[in-house]
Amino acid sequence: MRKIRVLAAKPGLDGHDRGVKVISAALRDAGMEVIYTGLRQTPEQIVAAAMQEDVDVIALSVLSGAHDYLFPRVMELMREKKLDDVLVIGGGIIPEEDVPALKQAGIAEIFGPGTNTGAIVAFITNNLKRAL
Amino acid sequence: MSQPQEFKEKLAAWQAKVDKSLAKHPERKAQFTTISGLPVERLYLPAQADQGYADKLGLPGQYPFTRGVQPTMYRGRFWTMRQYAGFASAAESNRRYRYLLEQGQTGLSVAFDLPTQIGYDADHDMARGEVGKVGVSISSLKDMEILFDQIPLDKVSTSMTINAPAGVLLAMYIAVAEKQGVKAEQLRGTIQNDILKEYSSRGTYIFPPKPSMRIITNIFAYCAQQVPQWNTISISGYHIREAGSTAVQEVAFTLANGLAYVKAAVEAGLDVDAFGPRLSFFFNSHLDFLEEVAKYRAARRLWARLIQERFGAKDPKSLMVRFHTQTAGCSLTAQQPKNNIVRVAFQAMSAVLGGTQSLHTNSMDEALSLPTTEAVTIALRTQQLIAYETGVTETIDPLAGSYYVEALTDQIEQKAHDYIKRIDEMGGAPEAIERGFVQREIQEAAYAYQKAIETGERVVVGMNKFVTKDKHQGELLRVDPKVREEQATALAKLRAERDNQAVTAGLAALKAAAQGEENLMPHLVNCVRAYATLGEICDTLRGVFGEYRAPSTI
Repeated sequence: MRKIRVLAAKPGLDGHDRGVKVISAALRDAGMEVIYTGLRQTPEQIVAAAMQEDVDVIALSVLSGAHDYLFPRVMELMREKKLDDVLVIGGGIIPEEDVPALKQAGIAEIFGPGTNTGAIVAFITNNLKRAL
Repeated sequence: MSQPQEFKEKLAAWQAKVDKSLAKHPERKAQFTTISGLPVERLYLPAQADQGYADKLGLPGQYPFTRGVQPTMYRGRFWTMRQYAGFASAAESNRRYRYLLEQGQTGLSVAFDLPTQIGYDADHDMARGEVGKVGVSISSLKDMEILFDQIPLDKVSTSMTINAPAGVLLAMYIAVAEKQGVKAEQLRGTIQNDILKEYSSRGTYIFPPKPSMRIITNIFAYCAQQVPQWNTISISGYHIREAGSTAVQEVAFTLANGLAYVKAAVEAGLDVDAFGPRLSFFFNSHLDFLEEVAKYRAARRLWARLIQERFGAKDPKSLMVRFHTQTAGCSLTAQQPKNNIVRVAFQAMSAVLGGTQSLHTNSMDEALSLPTTEAVTIALRTQQLIAYETGVTETIDPLAGSYYVEALTDQIEQKAHDYIKRIDEMGGAPEAIERGFVQREIQEAAYAYQKAIETGERVVVGMNKFVTKDKHQGELLRVDPKVREEQATALAKLRAERDNQAVTAGLAALKAAAQGEENLMPHLVNCVRAYATLGEICDTLRGVFGEYRAPSTI
């Protein structure tokens, strides 16, 4: 069985990358391959990277409050590119009341502060859209 | 028991400084006592201050400043209570500042939104979704005029968290002051202006390291002449710690960055004692109460020694770590958020026992969103409680002489010094960051910390122990997404109405200066006076300097 491929991405201008780096390390320790985009990626760049790297999962991280624009924009571009078999999850400082709209837009799950990395590993493993 | 002769001389020098200070500003009270009426001395000392004590701890306001930078510390006056704030539009933030000043806050601290911090106007494509979110949106002098409307800039001191475009925002501040009739030499405040930690930990860089260091030394030189009371840099460990470092790494990487700035300025021909007194620092206050107290004391001692040994600074002010503290945002929990009030109170107490010069206390709801007015008020009250009710301010450096605190202070100093020597061997902080060394050290510490939480080895109350199912209820602060549209409309109007010839001429002169070796600051002041926008100015500099691309470290 091949390894699960994850694109860890920082859309927008936010520079807080502690969380995305910790989660990348945890996913790797759990046997996944992780490609990290680095900071300041546009939604277009993220979707292009996901296609180029042929990933199973995109993990978006935003702590600046711009998730309300950036997350749906990533999903919109993915639909345009017909990337329907890629699982997208998100995390950061995201108020509870914003979660339903983000899920509506196609983000499978939102992980807030205090999340156990094991829960993210389990969620990815159980919700992949593509066969390994 | 009488003190050894040599120490008596130091003591007399301290007493003379105290007398001088008292003649100008009397202490807060004529007599200090405990609640039960016991007298509280200004300073407590060992009965016999031996050479070891004199070398390592000394006296307040004296080298190596372990016991603090002022001769009377908080008996003279409290630290500056300075809450970091700013969101949405300049008008909205101006209202929050005036509210905070009415509530007894004693200094301002401006949070800018990310487009401003990265040198994009609010109507730039990269600014989508970010305008007004983590701070106030400032695209031109017009916004800055609104931000400080009815706030007298000769009376307040203002700290601005701005790095890559720090020179531009300082130029705007100077220009607003001019319009209020306040001269640049009267201005008091701080720009963060610490680009090295942006590359390693915070992410709001624009230009590559070399031109960035040049802009910073330009600011040092300009302010030494024109804005002499301004703190030209706030060398910041805060974000290094937030990114996951240990306390030792926070001290080491911060001071290593500081050494790189001093070296760059000295190499640019500046005298260390001309700009050294205006360097300031910014530290985190994390959960380990006594380790944090020791950390501030160790940082003061280590910096004083390094600057004296390496650069031969003579002015005592060049040797002092004067610092701002913010409580650790990363220690706040989204679960049971009211517990955060208590965490913040302990952390604020560490900063005070460690001798901070100014303090921001986080609000309980910051793991959820930007703070509400109610949450900010409680955070400010926490500082006021420590200052006015707890009594820890009545004597200087009250934990000195604790076996544990002194041992921790020694160890942090030693281990931070070891790190600095490793960084020296790599060629200094810019090189260590370029190689990804600093980033990797921080990432490893962050991951180890997370694993300790997940195994339960480290308890986080309300998160991995004593867990309840309660969800946060109550309001959160929301930024109206209309801010971007309003800013875009205002910018279009500005560009139509201003003297565009003056703008073009100003930007051309800036470009020529950037290509040569002239100081950029006078040009930045000219550009902002003509209402050139932040984005236009930064684009001009991008054209000459290029943009930084971060190396991948994972």
